[in-house]
Formats: sequence, C-alpha cells, structure tokens
Amino acid sequence: MTVSNADKPTLPERLGTIVKTPVGVVMGLIDAPMRALQRLTGLSGMALFFLAPNMLIFGIFVLLPLGINVVYSVTGGSALFLPERTYVGGDQYARLFDCGNYLDALTCQEDAFWTAVGNTFWFVVLQVTFMILAALVTALILNRNLAARSFWRAVFFFPVLLSPVVVGLIWRWILQRQGLLNFILYPFGMEPYNWLTDRDWSFMAAVGVSLWAHMGFYTLILLAGLQAIPKDLYEAAAMDGTRPGRVFWRITLPLLAPNLIVVIVLALIRAVQVFDEVYILTGGGPGTSTLFLTQYIYETGFVSQPRNPGLAAAASILMGLVLVVLTLLQLGLGKRGENKGKRR
Amino acid sequence: MSRAASFIFRRRGSQKHGRGWHWTDIVTWLWLIGGLIVMFGPALWLIFSSFKTPAALAEFPPSILPYASQQVTVAGHEQPLTLYDAKMPDGTTKRMAEIRRIGLFSQMIDPADPGAPPVRINIDDRQPVRKLSFATENYTEPFVHFDFFRYLWNSVFVTVMATVITLVVNSMAAFALSKYEFRGRSFAMLIILATLMVPLSVIMVPLYSIISSLGLFNNLWGVILPTVATPTGVFILRQYMLTIPDELLDAARMDKASEWQIYWRIVLPLTAPALAVLAIFSVVWRWNDFLWPLIVLSRKELYTLQVGLSIYSGELNVQWHFILAMTVVTMIPVVLVFIFLQRFITTGIAGTGLK
Repeated sequence: MTVSNADKPTLPERLGTIVKTPVGVVMGLIDAPMRALQRLTGLSGMALFFLAPNMLIFGIFVLLPLGINVVYSVTGGSALFLPERTYVGGDQYARLFDCGNYLDALTCQEDAFWTAVGNTFWFVVLQVTFMILAALVTALILNRNLAARSFWRAVFFFPVLLSPVVVGLIWRWILQRQGLLNFILYPFGMEPYNWLTDRDWSFMAAVGVSLWAHMGFYTLILLAGLQAIPKDLYEAAAMDGTRPGRVFWRITLPLLAPNLIVVIVLALIRAVQVFDEVYILTGGGPGTSTLFLTQYIYETGFVSQPRNPGLAAAASILMGLVLVVLTLLQLGLGKRGENKGKRR
Repeated sequence: MSRAASFIFRRRGSQKHGRGWHWTDIVTWLWLIGGLIVMFGPALWLIFSSFKTPAALAEFPPSILPYASQQVTVAGHEQPLTLYDAKMPDGTTKRMAEIRRIGLFSQMIDPADPGAPPVRINIDDRQPVRKLSFATENYTEPFVHFDFFRYLWNSVFVTVMATVITLVVNSMAAFALSKYEFRGRSFAMLIILATLMVPLSVIMVPLYSIISSLGLFNNLWGVILPTVATPTGVFILRQYMLTIPDELLDAARMDKASEWQIYWRIVLPLTAPALAVLAIFSVVWRWNDFLWPLIVLSRKELYTLQVGLSIYSGELNVQWHFILAMTVVTMIPVVLVFIFLQRFITTGIAGTGLK
C-alpha cells in the first residue's frame, strides 16, 4: 500500500502546527473574557485595552524615570530610595558647572565631567565628519553600475550587526602588542607598539572603531536616497555633455540633501551617547583620554564609592537636553525633506 | 569567461567610449576591495586566532593560520617533548626533540634513537616543527570552567522572551493606533514619539531604582521588561497595518467576530512581513544589549554572554584563548542573521531610517 506524498504535511508545516496549536488554544480561551470586556467597554474601550500594555511599559520604564531623574538631580546623598534623599536645590548642577576656566577641565570641581564633555565633543566632531564622508563615498560607489551590488552592500553592512562587546574585543585583539596591526606594519620597520596605551592613539582608535562599526548603517540610508533620485535627470545631463563633477554638485548633492541632513543628525545623536564598544576597547583609558559622557554617568551613578545618583542624574539631564534639541532638529528637517519629496 | 569578467568589471570607460579604465573605476575597485578586507578581515582574524593555543597567541610576528608545535613522546621521558628541525654540529639538519633549554643552548635528543647521549645545540640553530592544528579546547573548556553554558542560556532566554513580548505588545499598540478612532490617540502617538528621544544613557540611574524597587534587580526579567516597548516597533507595525483595508475588519464584525479575534485572526497574519522584520531587529538588539544587563545583573550566574565576556576580558590576566573563542560563539547568531536575513534588515533600515 502506498501513501501519496501530497497528504503528508511537510516539516515546516508540521512545525508550524506544533507552534500554532497551543497558541491558538490559548488565544481561543482568551476570547471569551475578551468578548465580555468588549461588551462592557465598547469599541473605543477595546482600543485603549490594546494600547494599555505598551503605554504601561513606557510609563513605568521611560516616563517615570524621566520624572525621578529630575528629583534625583535636585537631591543629594548616595541613597536610591527617594524619601531618604535630602533636597539640595541646584547644588548638583552648580557642582558640575563649578569651573575656573571651562576650557581647562583641571580647573573644575568635577574635572572628570568636563574631561568627558571635552572628549565627547571632539569625538562627535571627528567621528561624524569622517563617518559622513566615508558613508557618502561608499554610497556613491555602491550606486554605480556594479555587478553584485547587494553583495558589496552587505560587505559594508556586516559590522553593524555585531554586538559592541564583540566589536570592542575584536579591535582590542588587533591593536594589542602582538596584534594584527603591528604585524602589518612590521615589514615596514615599525617596532611593535601597544596602541591602546597611548593617549592620542587610543582616542583615534575609539573614533576609528566606532566608524568601522556604524558606517554601514548610514551608507544604507544614503544609498536609498541616491537610488530615489530620478534617472532621467542624469540622462538629461549626459545628453548635454555635463561634466561628472558638475553633475555631482548640481544634481546628486542637492537631491540627496534631505537624506544627508537626517543622516548627519542621526550620527550626531548616536555619537553623543558613545559608550559600549569604546568601554570594551579602552575602558575609558589610558587615564581619562577616552572617557565619554555616558561612561561618566555610569561610573558616577553605579561604580564610584560612594555612588552619587544625584550628580549622575544632573549630568544625564544635561545630556538629554542636547539629545532633545538634536532630535527635534531631525524631526523638523525630516519633515521638510518629506515635503520636498512630495513636491518633486 | 572574458565576457563574465567584463560583466563583473564593467566600468565607466567601457560604457561610453569603449576605452580603458576611467579614474573613477580605479577608485571604485580600490574602495570595494579595501572595504572587503577592512570589514571582513578583523572578524576572520578573530576566528583564526580563536583556534590558536595560548603559546601561539603570544607569538610575534603571529602566523595567520593556527599552527601548533608538534610534540612527541620519547621513551625515558614522562612529558611529551617538542620537535625541532635542528642544525647538528656536523652541519646536517636533523629532526630532534628538546629535553630542556639551558640559557642559549638546548639539550636535544633523537627521538628515533633515545639511547644516544643528548646533543647541545644553539637555540638559534633550531626551528620548531609546526603543523596546522585547531585548538578546539578553546571552545570546549569555557563550558566547563566558566559556566559558559549558563551565559549562553541567559542570553537565549532574554532574547527570545523579549522578542516575543515585543511582538505582542507593540502589535497590539500598533493595531489600536492604526484601526481605531478614539480620544487621546494623537496624545498616545506623541508619547511614543517622545520616547524615541529618551535613550537608556539618559535614564539609567532612575530606571535602576525602579527596577530594584520592583524587586527585579539581579533578575533576567529586569533586563527584559524595560526593552519590550520600542517606539520603532510601534511605528514599523502601524505603518504596515495602515495598508490593511478597514472593509476587511468591518466584514469580520458583521460575522460577529470580537475585536480580539479581529486582531488575532485577521490583522496579525496580514502583518506577518512587518512582524518578521521587527522580530529580526529585536533578536539582534537584545542579543547585543550590553549596558543595561551590565547594570541589572551583578550575580555571576545571571550574566548574559555580553556581560560575561566584558567581565572576563576586563580581568587583569586576560585569558585571550578563551575570550576569543567565546567572542566567536557570541558572534554566531548575528552572523547567521547576516547571511540569511540581511535583506530584511537592510530594507527595514532603508525604509524607515530607524535602528
């Protein structure tokens, strides 16, 4: 006796049934109370019911902390429990801003904070500049008439998926004394050098590594923008015999501008919060040469003894203000970009 | 063959005038090949290094592939001896085993003739005999010594749970925001938009106090819960649900379907592509999370892979051979996503500009 193959469920189907059946049973059981609820509250009540879990989680884990953050920043002591903290007014902020000379972190009471601010500033300037340039060049190249474009796009995208811990460890391993970089430089007569114990080199390594890890992300957005530029513009330009340089400045760049602005602001927002991969790579050192704002907040709030949640909260609120300004900028500019797109 | 080559290397010059390489073609290929090396090279180097023995890791200049010195057991010696190609005093080269090293000299013995007296050879005149060998104990021992399986399990648990809850909670919210008219809808949208502006680094101190007052400090649920409502997720799903025609829902209501059934049996299945994208994102996000688990988890048996790796790599005496192997294991799920599901992520990012 033969059994026809068509009757047998395939493996994915069988797996699907195994997953679906219990879930379906549970959902079926939920249906009765749901109907009762619906009868009680009506349609708009059901809408609120669907919205509730999300709002609850946002409320407890995002909005409530925002409020508590403000309370922390105006109270002192190392206690976490709010009633145990004493009101100190603007003292935490005053402490952060108590400086002889704002350009020299060592004249400040909280010299670590100002070192972190300075480092973060230079990091943002360098990283975002190089990031945008590299991502733009890569996107322009990927937008050419390439064979296997999706393969090349994937090549540049690969590090984006890696975890910051993995990224940090990979590069720590490459930049150490017996590492790959020294191995590559060895034939050129370079003595093995411990790059991450040098103040300047470790800072440049932090910039370079975060560039390596995130460039693919921005390349992707810019590439999408490039591909949205109508081809007939280029054909018309070619018909007129326009030089390639002129095509870039007069067609590509102006039409890419909305995407470019979004990418710049996104990169700024991300760069201000730099932490994970650099923390694994250098631990903020040597000394404080790669100490950035997020690490300052983390260490003030959790690591230092006694910990100072108030000071950390004050610093994090200042950082949050910068981020809010940047985000509003992005939303505003993004909207303008959208409208532009519609008009086109 | 040459047609295939000219297809792969098609370039500006050949399209237009049929002549040689334009300078932009050269820049393009230099950039692409350079990119290939710079983007994949470090990860490959990590993988090769992870198969090296501690001795091979300490070498400089390092070899690219994992080599290990060959060893041999010689009668009369308890420990296995390392094999060398030695230049004998009479000028010939012979394969010898080293008994011990004394200053600049090495005492060596012929493994084929263990009875013969040892020979003294200058250490510059001997080369270790090496062959390709993969130190797989780098991978197996962490499971025994470091409770590595525990970390792996914690990571999987956090990733799976967070992703499942993310999908349910965010799809419900997206359903409400795309298919119902109700008071406070735009206010809810505004709140979700606002949470986009609040990264973890801004609220970590108070979030920690909330987690600990909920009794979730040193609890994997303390890692999971704050991450499950993502504004990105709500936006992706809502955008997609807006394209589902309302007539479909109305028809179901005519047939006495409850709102829950509409959500569960009609809207969710139709949103599957967007759910898949969000699921892939969520898996990568949660697998890679570092700072928040680092804050919430202080007990060793609760570490996720990322936290465990960072703690062990921060020790004074870093055992790189284990760290490298564990890093490779940590990389595996993400590499699988990259190979099989990269398309979804790239279109997801290009479409929304969110990560």
